[in-house]
Amino acid sequence: MTTSTLPTDAPSVVAPKPKSAGGGLGRYLLVRFLLIFPTIFILVTLVFLLMRSIGDPITAAQGGKLPADQLQALIHAAGYDRPVIVQYFEYLGQVFTGNFGNTLSDNRPVTEVLITYGAATLELAFYALIVAFIVGIPLGMLAAYFRDRFPDAFLRIFAILCYATPVFFAGMLLKLIFSVWLQWLPVAGRATTRTELAMQSLPNKTGIYLIDAIALGNPAAIGDVLSHAVLPGIALGLLTAGVFLRLVRTNVIGTLGTDYVDAARSRGVSESRLVRKHAYKPALIPIITVIGLQIAILLGGAVLTETTFEWKGLGFQLAGYLASRDFVAVQGIVALLAVIVALTNFIVDVIAALIDPRVRY
Amino acid sequence: MTTTTAEPIAAVPPTKGTFWGRLPVLKQLRQSVGLQRGMLVTGLVITAIFVLTAIFAPVIAPYSFAQLRDASGPFGAQQPPSAAHIMGTTVGGYDVFSRVIWGAQTAILVIIIAVIFSIFIGIALGLVSGYIGGWLDRVLVVIGDAIYAFPSLLLAIVLSIVISGGQSSLWGGIFAAALSITVVYIPQYYRVIRAETIRIKAEPYVESAKMLGASTPRIMFRHVLRNATRTLPIIFTLNSSEAILTLAGLGFLGFGIEPTAAAEWGYDLNKALSDVTSGIWWTALYPGLAIVLSVLGITLVGESLNDLADPRLRGRKRVKAKAGAVSATSVDTPLPSDVEILEENAS
Repeated sequence: MTTSTLPTDAPSVVAPKPKSAGGGLGRYLLVRFLLIFPTIFILVTLVFLLMRSIGDPITAAQGGKLPADQLQALIHAAGYDRPVIVQYFEYLGQVFTGNFGNTLSDNRPVTEVLITYGAATLELAFYALIVAFIVGIPLGMLAAYFRDRFPDAFLRIFAILCYATPVFFAGMLLKLIFSVWLQWLPVAGRATTRTELAMQSLPNKTGIYLIDAIALGNPAAIGDVLSHAVLPGIALGLLTAGVFLRLVRTNVIGTLGTDYVDAARSRGVSESRLVRKHAYKPALIPIITVIGLQIAILLGGAVLTETTFEWKGLGFQLAGYLASRDFVAVQGIVALLAVIVALTNFIVDVIAALIDPRVRY
Repeated sequence: MTTTTAEPIAAVPPTKGTFWGRLPVLKQLRQSVGLQRGMLVTGLVITAIFVLTAIFAPVIAPYSFAQLRDASGPFGAQQPPSAAHIMGTTVGGYDVFSRVIWGAQTAILVIIIAVIFSIFIGIALGLVSGYIGGWLDRVLVVIGDAIYAFPSLLLAIVLSIVISGGQSSLWGGIFAAALSITVVYIPQYYRVIRAETIRIKAEPYVESAKMLGASTPRIMFRHVLRNATRTLPIIFTLNSSEAILTLAGLGFLGFGIEPTAAAEWGYDLNKALSDVTSGIWWTALYPGLAIVLSVLGITLVGESLNDLADPRLRGRKRVKAKAGAVSATSVDTPLPSDVEILEENAS
């Protein structure tokens, strides 16, 4: 992370005016890149001010457990008795050098927590996205094809149900049916203890269990890891699948009404081929743009899914730190997630601009 | 921004109609046909049941939400459904059915407070920012976008820690949940109202009002705001359903309202998590279904309103009947309209 771009010049890099159209791809990418910094700056500031407005983290964690003089000594040692503005600038400086502080409860650097548990969350989000693509896109095309007829109504209700069901409730239902009653799939966790131990011995483990299991070369381990991933992946993936379904449906219907599709139709191309070949690709572009926002929703959903399935990722850790009132850790993880969200949104926007020239206003 | 899209929609009912015919939801109900009407009616019925349950909770629920015993002794923990407890009892020994019913009241209160706050603040910011523009507008846009891009549940967690320290009484808890949801949703109202304001600002009637010497506040509230509220019912419904989900998410993570202060579905699901592993289904199923149904009802209404506001998605028969008017609008919008983007993003 570069320290040269001070966040204080934020207002000057706000989105370009529409009238300066035709600036080209390079200009768009530059402006979009510079916009990352105010976003991170605003979120980090917001989280810092909010968390500090309720007092210092040590009182929050230890208040009532320690005598007042010991508490004061701890607060003084950590520097929380200095003016908030001094602490704020110190914190900003730390963040821009990639230091998000140490957790209070187990005294580990927040960045280390991220590296250890981030891989698990990344893996879960990956499975969820796969489920979302497999379920959402074909069903969305189907709904558009059967527009306003029974299958369409059914699929749209399904999409709304995907959205209306909280991920933890979906997870609990899946668990109840497939793990407890049918006993097909494991109840919780990322792998059995034996597989986890085997993977510990790997020389350069990634923390992404699927990759590690493949590196082990043991089919049983791969099967074990995948069987643990099915239910959490579906629970979290359905949330996004509903969004994709609706988006694909709306956009395919929109493209089916355009002139070029009308031209193809007049040449005698069948309606199903129109959906599959002609209207399908342009309808996928908006999906790329919403993935950016879906990442944020997936991260929020991951906190709930991981808690439901004891999937030891960032969300599970965050819930644990919340329960133990370790607000330094919470602040650090939330700030880090802000950085991740800002970066992924940037990447997604770049991909969208490369694919669709209309985006580069 | 194309200005042509709004006019044909307004032009569909040829007469101005009665007072009832022009009310937001009723107008759409009459406008809808076939499946779309079915979805709208289903949504309205579910939502009505939800609201009525909340209002009449004290009458419907056999016990109080925090009741552990009656005349014949304690209820007992994790009792399966029976005549006395038609949905069984929870691990804490509460009656599941009563807590599900009372939970509707909590959810409605949170929605009302959250939506009222975010509508007022969001509209005010959007109007000022869109109409006056300048550096204030730019700063607000960047801040709004930053908050909008962030996982709303995480922000709500941080805010609920700040507001209530995590746990609290009935009103403390409800306000904490509602305010955390408010801050998260202000950017949505802000965005929509700002976009509409910028569009309307360029309309000739605003120009003429300026020429006639109308004051800025008068133009803002009388000419711009009146015309910018077209999409509000849609966002309103979508936000209400998100408010229920956020409240449940907060409750599930242990930031909800204490069980003795009010019934809250997310909290009950959190307590039911370990029950599921031992095959106890009733403590999880019913509160979960309550969440799903209430969100489903409100979302069905919102979706239908959204479809009816978009000529490309309105029922086909309608499109054929008004082919002349609609074909003119369906071509000139290559990118999804603001409402659609918002609607997709909102979920």
